Amino acid sequence: MSAADAAGAVLRVEDLQVAFDTRDGLVQAVDGISFAVAPGRTLGIVGESGSGKTVAAMTVMGLTRSPRTRVAGRVLLDGEDLLAASAERLRALRGAAAAMVFQDSLSALHPLLRVGAQIEEAMRAHRDVGRTAARARALELLELVAIPDAARRIDAYPHELSGGMRQRVMIAMALANEPRVLIADEPTTALDATVQAQILALLRRLRDELGMAMVLITHDLGVVAETADDVVVMYAGRIVEQAPVGELFAAPRHPYTWGLLRSMPRLDAPAGADLVPIPGRPPSLVHPPSGCRFHPRCPYVRERHRHVEPVLEPLADGPAHRVACLLSEAERRTAWALLAEGATPEQARAAIEPAGGPAPTAAGSTEPAAGDGAAEEAPA
Amino acid sequence: MTPPLAEVEQLVKRFPLTRGVLLRRRLGEVPAVDGVTLAVQEGESLGIVGETGSGKSTLARILLNLLEPTSGVVRYRGEDVTHARGARLAELRRERQMVFQDPAGSLNPRKTVGAAIADPFAIHGLLPERSERGRRVGELLEQVGLDAAQANRYPHELSGGMRQRVGIARAIALGPELLVADEPVSALDVSIQAQILTLLRELRRELGLTLVLIAHDLAVVRHMCDRVAVMHDGRLVEVAPVEELYRAPREAYTRELLAAVPRIPGPVPTGAAPAGAPPPAPDPAGGGAGGPQSSPPSSSSSST
Repeated sequence: MSAADAAGAVLRVEDLQVAFDTRDGLVQAVDGISFAVAPGRTLGIVGESGSGKTVAAMTVMGLTRSPRTRVAGRVLLDGEDLLAASAERLRALRGAAAAMVFQDSLSALHPLLRVGAQIEEAMRAHRDVGRTAARARALELLELVAIPDAARRIDAYPHELSGGMRQRVMIAMALANEPRVLIADEPTTALDATVQAQILALLRRLRDELGMAMVLITHDLGVVAETADDVVVMYAGRIVEQAPVGELFAAPRHPYTWGLLRSMPRLDAPAGADLVPIPGRPPSLVHPPSGCRFHPRCPYVRERHRHVEPVLEPLADGPAHRVACLLSEAERRTAWALLAEGATPEQARAAIEPAGGPAPTAAGSTEPAAGDGAAEEAPA
Repeated sequence: MTPPLAEVEQLVKRFPLTRGVLLRRRLGEVPAVDGVTLAVQEGESLGIVGETGSGKSTLARILLNLLEPTSGVVRYRGEDVTHARGARLAELRRERQMVFQDPAGSLNPRKTVGAAIADPFAIHGLLPERSERGRRVGELLEQVGLDAAQANRYPHELSGGMRQRVGIARAIALGPELLVADEPVSALDVSIQAQILTLLRELRRELGLTLVLIAHDLAVVRHMCDRVAVMHDGRLVEVAPVEELYRAPREAYTRELLAAVPRIPGPVPTGAAPAGAPPPAPDPAGGGAGGPQSSPPSSSSSST
């Protein structure tokens, strides 16, 4: 990843591991991920429920600290390790040097306080500003995030605003102390498409104007395509693919990424085209699958993949593009070229099959699903 | 000419706007649906798209007599059913079913999946024989891609996608003619969405269902539907065959909605390869390519 290697990264996460001690056992939610973001750049983290994307972000912000959480690795903000920081130091940095925008603005805002007062509070928690100055700055921030009639809305309660307006208030609050890093966790998921487009445009503009490093967490590949510079694809607590955004979509190299791309209805697909769902569902993190964690759902699985763990490695022809897959680079290139032209996963698999006999059948077969062993979501 | 399967004419639904909790004062009315006329033809798949507050869900509920309109007419097979009651309403419920967005919220947490699916039979006094009912429940579970053994499990033991399959099994239990699905996949993960959409498409084909799909996601509607109705502020903005609407939207609002959909760059890998014409492998240099398998595509076929 270009930003990862850039010396100027403001946020650098190294081999982050997060596990929760639960009644059901140890849940390894994040299992050794690394990424970096430079000022003025956006890193998109894509994954489904349980991929660890939100836990990773919360841990960066120090929001998962608890006696039942085990964290390892390093989270460097301007070179300072946040995982080693004292609670007091963390409180000083959080909301000031790094801020976060959450998905659900209705529960993230205090229902009984006017929005202006909440923005002022965010400011006064970190620096000594007078009431008048704080209010003037709050108004300025509401105008910065393009809230119409900000002078009136500053005295509104959260429930009096629409979802899109509330999300703007949250962004204004996150910007109150001019953070160097902004983490946005599904900031537009609850919003209508037209409002989503406005909020994403706003985030892009603010990132450029303020030179922030942004981490955008989302399940939506379209949102990533329009907003991020670099992308990390997470699956079951690990990074399976990492690439500059253009390359990820032009030449994806991991079967899970292919699966996501083929599962999504899109406006530019040929009329009447079928979707190709990924069979099964994301695995349990209490008992993750052995070997490659995607193997129970992977159409290209081979016997070896059930035991050997893939390593995230740079591609020979593009070191910014990293993939954790046990297929060879040539096999993956061939398979994607076929898929991109409309081949089915079965056809692509046949084309890359080693001569030594048929590969074991893909996911959806008798392979017991991870987790509670339910009959899976395999299409009939 | 046969009448449409279902239609609404000059439909209006207003909700009272009140203030206060104990002394509810009526401040006025909000029109949720404001003069909509729309027909659903037998066998088609009609998408209704719109943003929050456009009235699309209210319209769907009125269409199924789950909500009474303020004014206007609801017809089913040409018959005015706006104020249907009693036995006639029960009959209509068998013929027209709904799939909801949140299967967790629409399934009773204290009932097993099997009991939830058997409910419709009990309510309508069908299949009184216990064993017969159990067998049918098993069939339905398999029809939606679950294992018959899942009947003994509770909703919380299932994933979101599996719960939505249960919701669908319940909806098709009585063999309805019309299925209305209100945002059936918007709460699910991307990879699971495709599974449920594919299931709905298969069931529609197998059972000859007429489908009304309510959704905010224009790509989902394009994938699933023959025709699309666009709603905005309780009114119908535009109705057109799906490819026409996406290629040449006539109304400014439709264009705005389409423009807001984030685009995914790169090749479009969806779509089955044309039968009998496997795409050539473009990379014969690939080391692992070209096993002498019986399946058609191989690296040596690049001559097409």
